Parts: sequence; C-alpha cells; structure tokens
Amino acid sequence: MKNLSLSRRIFLLFNCVFLTVIALVCLLPFINVLAISFSSKTAVSAGQVAFLPVDFNTSAYTFITRSSAFVTALGVSIRRAALGVAVNLLLIVITAYPLSKYTTQFRGRNIIAWYFVITILFNGGLIPSYLMVRYTGLMDSLLALIIPGALPVFSMLVVMNYFRGLPPELEEAAYIDGAGHIQSLLRVVLPISAPTLATVTLFSFVGHWNSWFDGLIYMNSPAHYPLQSYLQTVVVNPEAFFKNTTNINADLAVYLELVSARTTNAAQLFLAVVPILLVYPFLQRYFTAGLVMGSVKG
Amino acid sequence: MMTNEGGAKRRFRRAFCGGNSGIRRARFTRELPLYLLVLPAMVIVGIYSYGSMAGIVIAFQKFIPTNGLFGSQWIGLGNFKTLFALPNFRNVLRNTVVIALFKMLGNIVVPVIFALLLNEVSAKFYKRVLQTMVYLPNFLSWVILSGIFIDLLSPSEGLVNRLIASLGFKPVFFIGDTFWFPITMIVTDIWKSFGFGSVIYLAALTSIDPTLYESAVMDGANRWKQTLYITLPGITSTIILMTVLSMANILNGGFDQIFNMYSPSVYSTGDILDTLVYRLGIQQTKYAISTAAGLFKSTVSLLFVLASYYLADKWAGYRIF
Repeated sequence: MKNLSLSRRIFLLFNCVFLTVIALVCLLPFINVLAISFSSKTAVSAGQVAFLPVDFNTSAYTFITRSSAFVTALGVSIRRAALGVAVNLLLIVITAYPLSKYTTQFRGRNIIAWYFVITILFNGGLIPSYLMVRYTGLMDSLLALIIPGALPVFSMLVVMNYFRGLPPELEEAAYIDGAGHIQSLLRVVLPISAPTLATVTLFSFVGHWNSWFDGLIYMNSPAHYPLQSYLQTVVVNPEAFFKNTTNINADLAVYLELVSARTTNAAQLFLAVVPILLVYPFLQRYFTAGLVMGSVKG
Repeated sequence: MMTNEGGAKRRFRRAFCGGNSGIRRARFTRELPLYLLVLPAMVIVGIYSYGSMAGIVIAFQKFIPTNGLFGSQWIGLGNFKTLFALPNFRNVLRNTVVIALFKMLGNIVVPVIFALLLNEVSAKFYKRVLQTMVYLPNFLSWVILSGIFIDLLSPSEGLVNRLIASLGFKPVFFIGDTFWFPITMIVTDIWKSFGFGSVIYLAALTSIDPTLYESAVMDGANRWKQTLYITLPGITSTIILMTVLSMANILNGGFDQIFNMYSPSVYSTGDILDTLVYRLGIQQTKYAISTAAGLFKSTVSLLFVLASYYLADKWAGYRIF
C-alpha cells in the first residue's frame, strides 16, 4: 500500500466510495420498507420516514399476524415449499443418477437425456400448460403448484454432471462387491454428493418460495393462494388489505390509528423476505455452483 | 499397477456390456433399475411438458375447451391472422423488443463494469460486504420487489420523489407515465440482477494468470494498461459467451416484473407479448388466440436459442450438455 502512486490512490478512494454508493442503492429500498413497517401511519403519510422508523411501533405486524388472509397464505407457502422441495429433490436424484451413466451401461441414456433437455428449449406456453393442469384435475389443489414442475431440468443436469465427475472406481468397486445400481446410488454416490444436493435444494426452495404466478392461475379461491400470490393481489391493489373486513376485528380497532395500507403492506413484504434472508448465507456459499446451472458442461 | 487396473476395467466391461444372449439378458436386468428410476420424471415431463407442447394444436383451432385438445374445428392460420391484425400487436412487439434489448445490453455492461471495479478492491472483508449487499435483490421475487418499488417510486409519497422534490424538481410518475415506464422497467431489472450477474465475470477475473500482471509491471505497464491488455482480454470469452446466450431473451420483456407494475395507462409503451398472452388467455379466455401469440413468441425465441447455442459452441466452446 505504501508504494502506490497518487493517481492510484485517488482511483482507489473514488472506487471505494462509488462501490459503497452502488451497494447502498441495492440495500436501501429494503431498509426503507423495514422503516415504514415499524413507523406510525401519520409519520409515513407525512413523508417523515426514510431509513429509520418514526414513532416506532409494531402495530402493523400485530395486524397482519392476526389477519387470517396473511396467516393462511403463509401456511400454504410453508406446505408448498416443504412438499415441493422434497418432490424436486427426489426426482432430481433418481433422474440424474441413471443419466449420469454412459451409454455402455445405460443404452437409453442419450435419448432420454435429450427428452428432458428439449423441454428447456421449447414449451407449450401459458394456455396449453394451464389446460394440462385443468385436464389432469389438479386445479385448486396444492399439487398444481408441485407436480407440473416436479423435475427442475437445469438442477437435474447440474446433479447429473456432478455424478459424472465422481471417480468411476468408487462405483465399480461397489458393483464388483455385488451391489446393484440402487444400492450404489444410496450407499456410494449420495453420501459424497452433499454439496451439489445442498445447492439444488436451496435453489428449489427459493424457486418454490418465490413462485406466485402458478398460484394465481391454478387456484380458484384466494384462500388457497400461497403467500407470494396473495401478496401479488395486495401489491397491485394496495388498499386490498383494509378492504378485506375480516382483517379488522374489534380488538384490533385500537391499532387503527397507527397502521395504514402502506405500513401493513411494508410489514407483509418484509415478512415474506425473511425466509430468503435466512437461507441467504447458505445461498451465497453455494451459488457459484448454482451459476453453473447456466453453463453446464458434460 | 496401470495394467492391472486396465485389466479390471476390461473384465468389468466384458461382464456388463454385451456379448452373447445370456449376457445380454443379464445386461437388461442390470439396466432395468435405471429405466425404472427415470420413469417417474419421464411420465410427469411427458404429461406437463410434452402434453402442453401437443396443446399447441389449439392455436390452429376454433378451440372449445370441453371438446378436448383435438375435438375442435381446425381453422388453419386463422388465429394468427386475428392476432397480427390486433390494433396493438405491432406496438406490443416493438415494446417487447425494445425493453428486452436494453435489458440484455445493460445486464452485460453493468455487471462487467461492476466486476472490474470490485476486482480492484483488495480488502477481503469489505469486498464480501459489498457482494452480500448487491447479490440480495436477485433472490427476491418481482412481487416483493414490485411492492417495494411501487411504494418507493410513488409520485406523492415515495422516497425517491420526495428527494426529487427537495432538489426542486417536479415529481416523476415513474410507473404511470408512458415515457418513464419502460425506463423504470429497464433500470429496476438491471438493479435486481447486475450483482449476481457479476459473479461469473469475477470468477473469470480470478482465473487470469497472475504472472501476466507481474511481467506487465516489469515491462512498465501502468494499471490502466494492465486492465486494457490483460484483464479485458482475459474475460472477453466470458463476455462473448454471455452476450450470445442472452440473445435467447430477445422476446422476453420480463413478465413477472411488468405484470406487477404496469397499468392500462402505460400499455402503449409497457405492454409486452407475455402480458398480452396473459390478458388474452386468462382474462378474456380467448385460449386459441393466446396460444397462437405464445407459439409465435416461443418459435422466434427457439430460433434465437438455437442460433445462440450454435454460436456459443463455435466461439466459446460451450455446450449445454
């Protein structure tokens, strides 16, 4: 650091300031929402709230956690994520394993691999997909959000390539000891595949948690909406929360002076981000591998 | 040692990989579990991916849903004629391409510049803090982000317009004004994805051979020259690859984002193919015309995808699998 030229030092200083500003631009919108959610209605509408709460209170959170619409949607999302991730992971593993074999061991391998890859390149589009869900009787059921996308093909390719990269001697040893494919998968391959499985699990979770459009079109009644679909209706119609009279029962009336559509919406948006924030440190650790999803090789 | 291993492999191959009929049967029983394992995914993908591909036939029908996929009257390209004759179709197509092109451009240029600047930061902890902050928006849905931006950019109450007003300017209705709407979509999209988009360039930067810089210093090259002659050439192949692959998005205006922020007042500059497909199909239940519009989009996209994969393979040696 001592031998740096003056121009280099000026550059580093400006670079540092500039990057800090850029990073703040990414973060401050969230801080603003958080501050609004903890501020009073009057302070928010008077435009006093920027990045720190004014008249700090948690009424907005009291309101939404007692609102049946929010709590129900949260429950749907939790069930969806749990079941959806489990189904994704199972199908990824049992599909990636056979496809990681070479044609010498699994003759159908190339054709079947293409069968899956083609679905990345081309799809029927909105209405045909919608009709397939309708014709198979999944409308208005949680399964409509899980079954059609049960196999995330990109994740499967990532795992397949990981399996392919394992030293073949491990499995050959197992075969010579008399193990079949399934035993070899369970006893040899899976125990050493934790990093890649963690990656696809995280991406599958984020995918399920963030999906909103399928809920919107496949669920007939808003009571079956997952959280993000419910929030979508709130976002495009900001007064929706207060127009739903079931959200305002007598014992909450005392808080009405403190909350408005803006504070409750901010609180709902923030709560929906919390699960992502919880897995974010792990995502950061694994997402370079997730990045490979865009550039798989094999 | 080597010859022994080779021998084991040969014995292994002989045992499992063909020969006379008895061995062939043994081979089939050995492969059977593999077929059974891929079967469930094949069935589901068969129904929901290939089934919906087959569903494209309704684009050529006067489709009545209760008749099933093949029970309606065939009308050739009638739906496409209706679609292309829609008064707003050209406009929608133009909006889609304009928004998509600027997003594609921004999502290459901004991450590259950000990666280059971040690469100059030597303090590890500070670098990690910056990365943690800029990667976050990428992992949130457009529902959440739209909710945040609708509040933040609101002309009367949003923080941004309060700032603009305090500087003495007139408030800007970012998402309700036909001029500002596409710009807002492009800028917020880049805001969401530039951080994560820079990861791949950072990876490319770390793989540049450090001895190149050492010898450049010996030859008297300053930092700027080093950037110009070592750093940039070092990531050029990655930049080319990402550019080529992004071509596939030529008709992706960004449904999730636009759907959650647009309104009829900005249709003239903000309506894109995907939102049109949604309104025609789900809201107006014109299934056949909507499918025709979707098919138009996915056919054009497919051509671009295939071209991009071909070019990526040719120029950057990239293969999807």
